[in-house]
Amino acid sequence: MKEKIKIASGQGFWGDLIDAPYDQVTKGEIDYLVMDYLAEVTMSILQKQKNKNPKLGYAKDIPELMKRILPICVKKGIKVITNGGGVNPVACAEAVADVAVNLGIKDLKIAVVVGDDIKDDIARIINSGCELNNMDTNESILTVKDRLLSANVYFGAFPIVEGLKLGADIVITGRTTDTGLTLAPMIYEFGWEDSDYDKLSAGTIAGHILECGGQSSGGNFLGDWQNIPDLAEIGFPIAEAYPNGEVVITKHPNTGGRVSFQTVAEQLVYEIGNPAEYITPDCVADFTSIKLEDLGNDRVRVYGIKGKEATGFYKVSCSYQDGYSASSSLTYSWPEALTKAKAADKILRKRLQNLNLKFDEIRSEFVGYNSCHGPLSFQLEEEKINEIMLRIAVRSHDLASVERFGKEIAPLILTGPPSVTGFAGGRPKPSDVVAYWPALLPKHLVKPEVKLISLLQESERK
Amino acid sequence: MKIKLLDIAHGRSGDKGDAANIGIIAYDDRGYEIIKKHLTAERVKIHFEGICLGSVERYELPNLRALNFILHNTLGGGGTVSLKLDAQGKTLAAALLRMEIEI
Repeated sequence: MKEKIKIASGQGFWGDLIDAPYDQVTKGEIDYLVMDYLAEVTMSILQKQKNKNPKLGYAKDIPELMKRILPICVKKGIKVITNGGGVNPVACAEAVADVAVNLGIKDLKIAVVVGDDIKDDIARIINSGCELNNMDTNESILTVKDRLLSANVYFGAFPIVEGLKLGADIVITGRTTDTGLTLAPMIYEFGWEDSDYDKLSAGTIAGHILECGGQSSGGNFLGDWQNIPDLAEIGFPIAEAYPNGEVVITKHPNTGGRVSFQTVAEQLVYEIGNPAEYITPDCVADFTSIKLEDLGNDRVRVYGIKGKEATGFYKVSCSYQDGYSASSSLTYSWPEALTKAKAADKILRKRLQNLNLKFDEIRSEFVGYNSCHGPLSFQLEEEKINEIMLRIAVRSHDLASVERFGKEIAPLILTGPPSVTGFAGGRPKPSDVVAYWPALLPKHLVKPEVKLISLLQESERK
Repeated sequence: MKIKLLDIAHGRSGDKGDAANIGIIAYDDRGYEIIKKHLTAERVKIHFEGICLGSVERYELPNLRALNFILHNTLGGGGTVSLKLDAQGKTLAAALLRMEIEI
């Protein structure tokens, strides 16, 4: 057994710093590179892409990235784990295999985890007695079944561990928890059991610290953010993991950012519910048991973690089409910028009303005044306001109403208050409103599958 | 004596569906005693009047000198349903730090 392993975060979301994974594999020694690509909205976007082209539906950045880092990973023995397979992990793995073949790499094993996509399996699940009731409203999924865009089970670390046991150098999954990506190599390398709840919780919490990339190493830090060194060259976080479950969070030397008690603590409280019960498919981790020790030099020890057995359910995230929305903006300058923006808003609303359009919601915000903190915003002295951006957004189940809204913005320039600018990019187009349907599924009703993808020339694939 | 929450604590906020989570972390033990005593769920609910339309839950993490608040029915539907510029509640931690506390 190794006495420690280094797991590096390469991406906090799809769209994160392109060079971060490259920096992680080149600026110091690591054993694993883990990359989280999936937000809830991402799954529905990927499903739409796959509907148009069955070879798509994964994070397209991955093959491009692999072209750059694969030769380095192979040379250094770095394993890569990512959930960027989206709704088509097999196609993603095949694309990576093609990259490897083109680079002349022969000895590479790629594992994929599938089985999380239950969109075409809803009928069987309902017949098995689970109506995937909405966790918030308790309604049956049947109420939105015809409008479903995607439906995915969150798998945990263990299917990835299975891939690593098959000898995989790269593991590509669909909907896997962000935390599972980091926990999996610890289970695999240290031989942890599925009943080692404290250790599984420790690895899960390390995963929570890593899952948003630079957010634990000085990015988006609300403390003394002005003093964080060199954010332009921020080093993404690395978990140095030990067999007893202890972890040191750090980053490569000679990179920007900061790893401290405070930067790690901010990430720990990010997007959590009841801290004593952080539920994953692998365990229930207790965030109130976490001990943090700032060791200095961008090293924070995380230890003392307790946890419990996982629940009998997987979380399921479904998305469905729920109407249309559009937003647009106009900018008004001094003098009386706020008064002009408010007057424009009133005129626009009157016109929308006169047209008898149907909206579920119309929302106006005055950027530069109250768009972030609403009623908590300070009152401004009109004389000292340089400019205000009116941002107005609508939502409706009636597409025609949203389309017509888009045509009513530009006319305000010639038929509303003066000193107005900033209408660029043409009429705002309606976009689909994608709503979420969180549900629970008894674990026995679905089974993760792990398989190896062979390195074939593209022409050899059927 | 009045103190600004911003001077004794930092934090981070995000979304969980239509609920926002706000984690507030005190810089030292004394600061934690102050937020633990004064930053009640009721006080946070009143602070966010007109923004948080549901209930507020509070959890304590003394190990991190932190409190975690869940603000239900706050993000205008959440996810891509919300028409808010800050649909994910990213700036709400800063909004809470506007509070002044009498000690």
